[in-house]
Amino acid sequence: MKIAVCVKQVPDATVHKRIDPGTKRLDRSGEAALNPTDLNAVEEALRIKEAHGGEVVLVSLGPEKAVEALRKALAMGADRAVLVSDEAAAGSDLLGTSHALAKALEREQADLVLFGQASSDGDGAVLWAAVAERLRRPVISQVASLTVEGGSVSGKRQTEHGYDTIASPLPAVVAVSDAINEPRYPSLKGIMGAKTKPQETLGLGDLGIEAERVGDAGAKTAVLGLAPPPARGDQVKIEDDGSAAQKIVDYIVERRLV
Amino acid sequence: MKSLVFLEHHGGALEKGGLGVLGKAASLGDAAGVVLGEVAVAVAAGAGAFGASRVYASEAEALAAPLPQPRVDAMAGLVEQTGAEAVLFASSVLATDVAAGLAARLDAGLNWDLTDLAVQDGGLVGKRPALGDTVLVDVGWTSSPRLALVRSGALDPVESGGSAEVEEFEPAFSDFSTLATLVEQTTEAATGPSIEDADVIVAGGRGLGSPEAFALVEELAAALGGAVGATRAVVDAGWYPYATQVGQTGKTVSPRLYIACGISGAIQHKVGMQGSGTIVAINKDPNAPIFDFCDLGVVGDLHQIVPKLTELVRSRA
Repeated sequence: MKIAVCVKQVPDATVHKRIDPGTKRLDRSGEAALNPTDLNAVEEALRIKEAHGGEVVLVSLGPEKAVEALRKALAMGADRAVLVSDEAAAGSDLLGTSHALAKALEREQADLVLFGQASSDGDGAVLWAAVAERLRRPVISQVASLTVEGGSVSGKRQTEHGYDTIASPLPAVVAVSDAINEPRYPSLKGIMGAKTKPQETLGLGDLGIEAERVGDAGAKTAVLGLAPPPARGDQVKIEDDGSAAQKIVDYIVERRLV
Repeated sequence: MKSLVFLEHHGGALEKGGLGVLGKAASLGDAAGVVLGEVAVAVAAGAGAFGASRVYASEAEALAAPLPQPRVDAMAGLVEQTGAEAVLFASSVLATDVAAGLAARLDAGLNWDLTDLAVQDGGLVGKRPALGDTVLVDVGWTSSPRLALVRSGALDPVESGGSAEVEEFEPAFSDFSTLATLVEQTTEAATGPSIEDADVIVAGGRGLGSPEAFALVEELAAALGGAVGATRAVVDAGWYPYATQVGQTGKTVSPRLYIACGISGAIQHKVGMQGSGTIVAINKDPNAPIFDFCDLGVVGDLHQIVPKLTELVRSRA
């Protein structure tokens, strides 16, 4: 069983995020880390491999320094990593990103492609369905428990109305939620071993990706402007002297909220 | 702007989120609704009263289960048939996958997490709060059709009193679109209004001190006819179900009144509720970040204040 896990490098949670006013892109110059919820996808892939055998390959699109973020997932136990990195891919929107990832995944021909939940740097929960469409494979998203059995996969997920269990034959694309498992910590042996695991960095040309399909050239969305969010009106702050409950009632009654 | 609006329905009624987007689309031009799945035809006509000029409906068998890929096929066919310039969705587990799949299918730009839409200089512009809602970004599209996902609860439905003709259609499905199948569905019995539909939400956080203290929150919510929300911290701790989680990894809500009890106001919670009309916060820590973005902040012990508040609200009824 070959499992590809799509992972992404994001600005570290402790870094103050800002949008570069010139490029109108997220400033990615600071410390970087693996998108935290991608760790759940890596963990799930490792568990499937432990139960069924096979290989876990990390697939990522990002700047060259993303190899460092990939190393953490290698330390957890993934077998190798493929990073698609090309100046021309910077600024890709959903279309460019899904196209490049799909090309890298086509090369891998994995039985199962796993994604983690939405990334922490503002990319919506949109990538997996777009990648599945490009690969022409079935997709199951928001999966909180996953079963792989004899050529098929089944995932239980929470929706607005309850729980759905969805099954699909392999090959398939599955996006897991962060409720699915508790990612393991890399062992010292894993950390030491990660450095010697195969890591490939590919350019667009290596995958036959036309430069006009990715980056700014391939983007069909644009940031037009930035503004501070509308401020809230006058704020009132009180300390409870025993009358707070009455004051809250007066406040909401006055505003016709009850 | 000629748009198609994806309308979800549940229990025989159109969902509020989609109707909110429909109302906005109708204010920007011609808006047609799309209703897919079981009983779609019967439900579809109702969209006329919320701004739809026409509603496309299909009850094809492949659309019976709430799965995205057959819906991508159906929407792609309609975009081709109607020449729609925009395809709009209210964000949900299902709609997000449909919108993303459709973007890849049509190679069309998708903007998501929008809180509003407008036409400026003849072009569609989306408003998207970013970086924990500290920046409001204007986003656009460089080609047609323009695809957009609007935050759940960001737009309220507007009754137009109109009516719409329902046109049934038969989508053509791709071979891979029908491979995934629904094998089991369990519905959670709803008590009181759902968190997305509620006008009032009373939410509890770590400051409650124990799962048992959620009873205080529940009683106040019941007295106000509202729903109960929870923070990620208490959901993670197993105090309250995930379905009630408000925030980045939970629901985005915008009730008229949001009462936060024992919630510090971490950024990941803030992004899920700061669109609320009026925010009242009760917290014993005067330095809690929530006091920076609430309308009425009360520094005090919620265990004292909330039961009294419940009593006072009940006595008004």
